[in-house]
Amino acid sequence: MAQYVTKGFVATRQGFGEGVLEAARRNKRILGIGADITGSVGMDLFAAEYPERFISLGIAEQNCVGAVAGLALSGKIPVFATYGVFSALRTTDFIRISICYNNLHALIGGAHAGISVGPDGATHQALEDIAVMRALPNMTVVSPCDATQTRIATIACLNRFSGPVYLRFGRAPVPDFTSENQHFEIGKAQILSRGSDATIIATGHMVWEALEAANTLNQDGLKIRVINMHTIKPLDHDAVLKAAMETGAIVTAEEHQVTGGLGSAVAEFITQNHPVPMEFVGMKDRFGESGEPEKLMEKYGLSASNIAMHVKKVLKRKY
Amino acid sequence: MDIESLERVSKIIRTDIVKSLAKAGSGHLGGSLGMADIFTVLYFHALQHHPEDPEWEDRDRLILSIGHISPVLYATLAHAGYFPVEELLTLRKLGSRLQGHPGREHGLPGIELSAGSLGQGLSVAVGMALAGKMDEKKWNVFCINGDGELQEGSIWEAAMSASHHKLDNLISIVDRNGVQIDGKTEDVMGLEPLIEKWRSFGWHAISCDGHNMEDLIYAIEEARYVEGKPIVILATTKMGKGVSSIEDDHHWHGKAPTESEAIKFIKEIEEYYQD
Repeated sequence: MAQYVTKGFVATRQGFGEGVLEAARRNKRILGIGADITGSVGMDLFAAEYPERFISLGIAEQNCVGAVAGLALSGKIPVFATYGVFSALRTTDFIRISICYNNLHALIGGAHAGISVGPDGATHQALEDIAVMRALPNMTVVSPCDATQTRIATIACLNRFSGPVYLRFGRAPVPDFTSENQHFEIGKAQILSRGSDATIIATGHMVWEALEAANTLNQDGLKIRVINMHTIKPLDHDAVLKAAMETGAIVTAEEHQVTGGLGSAVAEFITQNHPVPMEFVGMKDRFGESGEPEKLMEKYGLSASNIAMHVKKVLKRKY
Repeated sequence: MDIESLERVSKIIRTDIVKSLAKAGSGHLGGSLGMADIFTVLYFHALQHHPEDPEWEDRDRLILSIGHISPVLYATLAHAGYFPVEELLTLRKLGSRLQGHPGREHGLPGIELSAGSLGQGLSVAVGMALAGKMDEKKWNVFCINGDGELQEGSIWEAAMSASHHKLDNLISIVDRNGVQIDGKTEDVMGLEPLIEKWRSFGWHAISCDGHNMEDLIYAIEEARYVEGKPIVILATTKMGKGVSSIEDDHHWHGKAPTESEAIKFIKEIEEYYQD
């Protein structure tokens, strides 16, 4: 059982901001688009260092996405980030046609994703963005698990990738535990803990909760595999197939509706290739509400204890 | 190219629009015919472009935001030399490079943007114009918008941002034909006073007759000299122009002619150019 230690609590949006700046230092084609909440999404670092490459377009997300397409068509690599509810959902048709149908290299950042946005409540908690973004042809969907990984993923999306990409990250400080020197490849899952009794496939902040759940279950003698599915599309079929074949039971965990998210992506694949019993941890077709992040995660079952419970449940159906 | 030659080109374009739509069996005839003069002036007089080198870096960019009038774009591009004229008869067919609404992934030369969902093209044009300014390029971005399309809120987001960033390299040409699918624009959702709307958004607005070649040439000339503001040309047109029996009839917004109607319409086009 692998042990992970936090280096502290850091918001993934901070990793995003640092990643954009670092990538931009290496490639002057990278531009930032501002939709009024530059500081909140961590883009202020970039805007301060490269004011001439930062374009403010105001609270007009549809226009931001259209302009991103025009910039990308003119040889730029634009980064547009705002709350996921706006960047992915308000603008969906613009992303679908102007970005994806034109197949342009542009980074759409979905900030403040999930219920851990907290006190702002349901209107600002993006819980359907993965489902919508992954349904779009040509789109890649990345959802890193901590601040360090978000920084590395952001750089990968900008400097080692080409095409439309949606990068999802959060507002609340969460355990920062992955290594600075980690091997990160878009589309290649990370196996964080080996095991053969069951697999937890998690994404985003839920990866930490999955590791905690695996630790708890380990005390009961269960060896649980934990997969950090930081790229939801394209899904790492190899890692999922091996998990299904070698552990025979899968629980998915995400800070997102269970409809259409990571769990659905995994289920779509394994039902066609190697069906095994599955359980889904996520929002169960309902809106969130105001509250402190940890309390909300607990209330809506987005916690290590609930994941562990689902593992026990799925094990009863394993044959 | 002189006016007489432009007229000759626009006649061929109109004829080919009718032919390609008749062959396709569906598509948007009215708006395509109404924009034939504007497209002729653009591609045969105003735009800096090289059909043999569609990706030429210093070309003027043309964004067709109203992708549904693709037949006029296709007919113009073909006659300008971007691809063989015979290919116009593949419009909307399976495997064709001439999609119902332009799609770059199908590889037709001269297509700058896959578009067709209304209200997006002007934002894309804003992005291109921003890039042009940033790189100190001389090229302009021309964006073709429909008047009904101006009912989309995103158009006004784009309009606000273009004047905020002083994009004088952006020229929108609005097809002011006054009709949309449900009827007259002023009955469906009134746009007037339209020129004042654009001016209040900080644009340099020009009105012109969208069927008068000379008028169009002057309007575009004026647009190129404006500094510090984006430019909109409100071009008054008639849907179906050139085919007298369908002019101004909104029923022909989204319809294609049958083979026999096409023969009759082409005859009407001949008569129109004889007057």
